[in-house]
Amino acid sequence: MTKIEAIIQTSKLEAVKDALHEIGVEGMTVLEVRGHGRQKGHTEFYRGREYTVDLIPKIKLETVLPEAIVEKAVQAIVTAARTGKIGDGKIFLSKVDEAIRIRNDERGEGAL
Amino acid sequence: MPSRLVLGFILAFLLLGPTLLAQSPPAAASSDSARVAKLEQATAEAKGSADNAWMLTSSTLVLMMTGPGLALFYGGLVRKKNVLGTMVQSFAMMAVITMLWAIVSYSLAFGQGNSFIGGLHNMFLRGVGAQPDADYAATIPLQTFMIYQLMFAVITPALITGAFAERMKFSAMLLFMVLWSVIVYSPMAHMVWGKGGLLNASLGGKFPCLDFAGGTVVHVTSGVSALVCALYLGKRVGYPKESMTPHSVVLSFVGACLLWVGWFGFNAGSALGAGSLATSAFVATHFGAAAAVIGWSGAEWIRNGKPSALGAISGAVAGLVAITPAAGFVGPMPAIGIGLIAGAFCFYMVATVKARFGYDDSLDAFGVHGAGGTLGALLTGVFATSAVNPIFKDAQGNGLPSGLIDGNAHQVLNQIVGIVIAWILAIVGTLIILKIVDATVGLRVSEDDEVQGLDLTQHGEEGYSWEVTA
Repeated sequence: MTKIEAIIQTSKLEAVKDALHEIGVEGMTVLEVRGHGRQKGHTEFYRGREYTVDLIPKIKLETVLPEAIVEKAVQAIVTAARTGKIGDGKIFLSKVDEAIRIRNDERGEGAL
Repeated sequence: MPSRLVLGFILAFLLLGPTLLAQSPPAAASSDSARVAKLEQATAEAKGSADNAWMLTSSTLVLMMTGPGLALFYGGLVRKKNVLGTMVQSFAMMAVITMLWAIVSYSLAFGQGNSFIGGLHNMFLRGVGAQPDADYAATIPLQTFMIYQLMFAVITPALITGAFAERMKFSAMLLFMVLWSVIVYSPMAHMVWGKGGLLNASLGGKFPCLDFAGGTVVHVTSGVSALVCALYLGKRVGYPKESMTPHSVVLSFVGACLLWVGWFGFNAGSALGAGSLATSAFVATHFGAAAAVIGWSGAEWIRNGKPSALGAISGAVAGLVAITPAAGFVGPMPAIGIGLIAGAFCFYMVATVKARFGYDDSLDAFGVHGAGGTLGALLTGVFATSAVNPIFKDAQGNGLPSGLIDGNAHQVLNQIVGIVIAWILAIVGTLIILKIVDATVGLRVSEDDEVQGLDLTQHGEEGYSWEVTA
């Protein structure tokens, strides 16, 4: 099992969700986050005072998948979330030891 | 003791008074007529003060409808990233249209002119002072009438912003509204309410169209212009595939409640005095709004299985829109009828018709104001009665029938003339203005800016700050 953590543009969530559903991904967790990579922030003004906001709103999407479809899922996310501009985000993969379904104690890939 | 003394004086005066008066009859007669004249003046002043108090209160209420009423109502319906951009569009009208009104648009709407538009005599509010203008409102200063009408001129363009929400440049919006106020609003207000206007029902219009508080002038013009804007600008990026649900129905809820309260100033204030006509309009307004909540919610409950909070407040606004032209002409029961029909009809417009044609009237400015205003203006011709407001009189001053139920079937035709003129003026005027704005400053923000939101890209701030707390 592999956990996919994808940090994407807020406006790309719908497209990414649809792309993942299409290849059979059934569950995911989505968080509103703020952060920055190489993308510069923006400036805001409040009563003439300038503030630099370098932590930009992003969406973090997490899902744990059986190995068989991980690569397909990664491709789906990349295709759906790409605008080609700086700030498109990143995807991180990591191994997951175990998954447990709380409702019936089911374990392993069956619990995903 | 002192009270007995006073009583004694009064008794003495009563006994001696007539004797003293009898001794000098000529002086008495003149002092009598002087007293009567003084009394008459005092009565007129008292009535003037009472009317003025209500009209200033009404002006305040109508301003409250734009900010915070409409600003909150619309602000809650957009996505989080556009909340300030949306609210400030309404607020900007409070400043910009006010300037314009002072310079020229009051004069174009209410100054002496031809059948279609007022003249320039009242530019810079020349001649608009403490003296009443008997043609408009005999008991209040013309300046009060002017400021009251200004509040209508402010909210009307603000209503349109609902159609192009979340995608129009702020600069383009300002230019559009200034032109719209002059090209569409002022002529329509003049035709229906101005001296000698083509559709004026009480000042000798050719087609007397009954519009008590702005069914055609405010809601048809703004609603139809809104539809033209929605079609011309096109859909928001991602519409209708992406979810664009209201970011806070709570804000909209508060806004709608403020609109309901403010509408008493809008409709009952349109009596232009504090008499029984104001009461009648107040009652019709409230009954119409309440009935429309039931009309909309009922239709929604049947269709979707649940009555929603957003549906209930939208129903109220639809009812208030539809009762606006009728408020001072109909009794409470027809008001309930108009409200029920308007609630169900506007729900159908936004839930079914909008989906079928696929236009992105983002906050339903057309579905509620255009459709509700047109329906209300039409039904005014049906339910208007001289028992409530004898607006049509024969040469002897006797009241003539008002609407269809009064036996004046012809009035429905006059209403249709008013509605058609409002539609045509709104469509043609708005198209011309959109072309001008498109060619000069450009209408829409860039796609990147639209995705990032109006708050950041147009105003450089965020409605909801995000802070890391230690």
